[in-house]
Amino acid sequence: MTKKNSSKVTTSNTQTQKIARRDLIKGLAAVPVLGAFSYAWLRKNNIDETFRKQMREVVNLTSQPVELAPAVKDGKPIRLGIIGFGIRGKQLLRAAGFPEPEWIDEQKKAHTENRQNTNYQNYMEQEQLNIEVNGVCDIFSVYSRAAVVAGSNQYREGTKGKMGKEPKQYKTYLELLDAPDIDAVIIATPDHWHAPMAIEAAKRGKHVYCEKPVSWTVPETYELVKVVKEKGVVFQLGHQGRQTESYTKAREAIEKNVLGKVNLIEVCTNRNDPNGAWVYDIHPEANAATIDWSQFIGQAPFHEFSLERFFRWRCWWDYSTGLNGDLLTHEYDALNQIMNLGIPGSVASSGGIYFFKDGRTVPDVLQVVMEFPKHDLSFLYSATLASGRSRGKVIMGHDASMEISDRLVIHAEPESTQYRKKIEEGLIDTNTPLYAFTPGKKGADGFATATEQYFASRGLLYTYRNGKRVDTTHLHIKEWLNCIRAGIQPSCNIDQAFEEGISAHMSTKAFLENRRVFWDAEKQVIV
Amino acid sequence: MSVQSNVKNYFNLQTFFLVSLRLLLGWYFLYEGLVKIANPDWSAFGYLMDSQGPLAGFFHSLAGNANTMATIDFLNKWGLALIGLGLILGLFTGMALIFGMMLLILYYCSHPPLASISYIMPQEGSYLWVNKTLIEIFAMAVLLVFPTSQIFGMDRLISKWFKN
Repeated sequence: MTKKNSSKVTTSNTQTQKIARRDLIKGLAAVPVLGAFSYAWLRKNNIDETFRKQMREVVNLTSQPVELAPAVKDGKPIRLGIIGFGIRGKQLLRAAGFPEPEWIDEQKKAHTENRQNTNYQNYMEQEQLNIEVNGVCDIFSVYSRAAVVAGSNQYREGTKGKMGKEPKQYKTYLELLDAPDIDAVIIATPDHWHAPMAIEAAKRGKHVYCEKPVSWTVPETYELVKVVKEKGVVFQLGHQGRQTESYTKAREAIEKNVLGKVNLIEVCTNRNDPNGAWVYDIHPEANAATIDWSQFIGQAPFHEFSLERFFRWRCWWDYSTGLNGDLLTHEYDALNQIMNLGIPGSVASSGGIYFFKDGRTVPDVLQVVMEFPKHDLSFLYSATLASGRSRGKVIMGHDASMEISDRLVIHAEPESTQYRKKIEEGLIDTNTPLYAFTPGKKGADGFATATEQYFASRGLLYTYRNGKRVDTTHLHIKEWLNCIRAGIQPSCNIDQAFEEGISAHMSTKAFLENRRVFWDAEKQVIV
Repeated sequence: MSVQSNVKNYFNLQTFFLVSLRLLLGWYFLYEGLVKIANPDWSAFGYLMDSQGPLAGFFHSLAGNANTMATIDFLNKWGLALIGLGLILGLFTGMALIFGMMLLILYYCSHPPLASISYIMPQEGSYLWVNKTLIEIFAMAVLLVFPTSQIFGMDRLISKWFKN
């Protein structure tokens, strides 16, 4: 019995062991698959890395946007005045940290209706700049009052929120500039008032943030430069594009000769709605009693009171600089920032009023061709206010072309000399970007996958990443304030402003006089 | 009793193709996960924002919130990789299949291939109602009702362990 039993146990034990061995083999049968996977994974990474390394040798753009120092928290606040509280004035004061309470209400409501809309959250995360608004001036009483309310909204509250101290309301800009409790002014008036106000501000030693374009006439441009330099005030022209990350990269690409010899630049404006064509709403409370018309006219030719002219002043040469001053300047300044273009040697222009036949005098379709003999290149600006077909900002070189927006994409030229060998070796495919930069991307280099590029080009990438989108206007004002504190000049300083102003004036002159105008660099005059 | 515990007696060829299908799906999931883990810039943001169809609002709202976005990104990356690993090893296979199907159902609902819709996201084929994701869901369902991890897979070892 015992023997029998023990034999049974032995058999059962052997069976268990046998099963265990088989189980182990079958249980781990798939492990070699992981081995194959690891091999494939490493091999792919190796190929990718070799490619990236080789590409980095071709294009390696390492520059980072200048990190603006935080506003001094404990230091004395900068005391601000604002002249002009129309569409842009409201945006500027808001970007400086003083929103209209109604705007806050709207953004909150927009968020409740659509949770994707994070404007309010983004805005509240915007850095406080340690400033106070002490004076406001607008010649339309409704706007003037609105400026007082916004200027007191230091807590960034809605209409029912707590307000701070109200800034003083001035009837004229000169009274505001004379106020001893104002260190710096933001000027956001119609074009024909930019330079006169900036000049008077600088004369009084007030720092100036001036909306573009810098001036309305040529002579005042020279005078402004003189006064700003004499008085040493900190001057910033309102081209917030200076803060765009991709422009920094674009500048580096030019410096590193990635494009080879640049010979043509093409920029444009494409808008297709009345608002984009400056046909703004007329405020219901606006009339001869609520608007100080004589102050509006200023140095402009006299015209009887007109609500259209007051609200839609951009449509008349009498107050405006047309597409040249309003939108060409943004494009020009971007390229001046990227390539140090300076003032063009000559400018030709043509266009007309082809769509908005509403009594305006400025063209709604415009071409401007600037020649830069010292750079051996042409700069072509082409604009329409009645077609939204998007055209990029393109810099064309012999070796590569670069398209700039928020992103930056460089394509090698099939006939490039610089890249010929790499193209022949198959390392560079001229159909796919040689380099692509997407703001907000954490990776050190700029090679994005096709999908990423696809998303980025449609604004689906990083826009809400970390829920943050920084307003370039905010950064531009912040840079100005930092420079005031540090006693240095900002990126869009008076020299840049002069080049911007003269280039725009040459364009306008070429259009109005229907001829090619030239810049006499020696005498510093337009001929 | 879970479906998984019923080891079926398959013919050799049936076992071969079922296990192969499991391995292929696992490989696919694992690579999709690891690629995302390896890329510091990867985010499901663009994909969610590209969502269309009846549930688009829900997916858009997920993308609109930075905190949920971070969670979604984390779950996607590691979820895909772990599901892949589970399928290859035959480890917790039932759970891997169920979670995998749940993920795929979400993908399908966010990008339903309806006749009236076109997506920004480039697609590698032409789809009408039925797309790759839907087929994968059903392939995983097949694996769920024809389990193989008790034949070839670490689940076999686990159940033996518990029996002993």
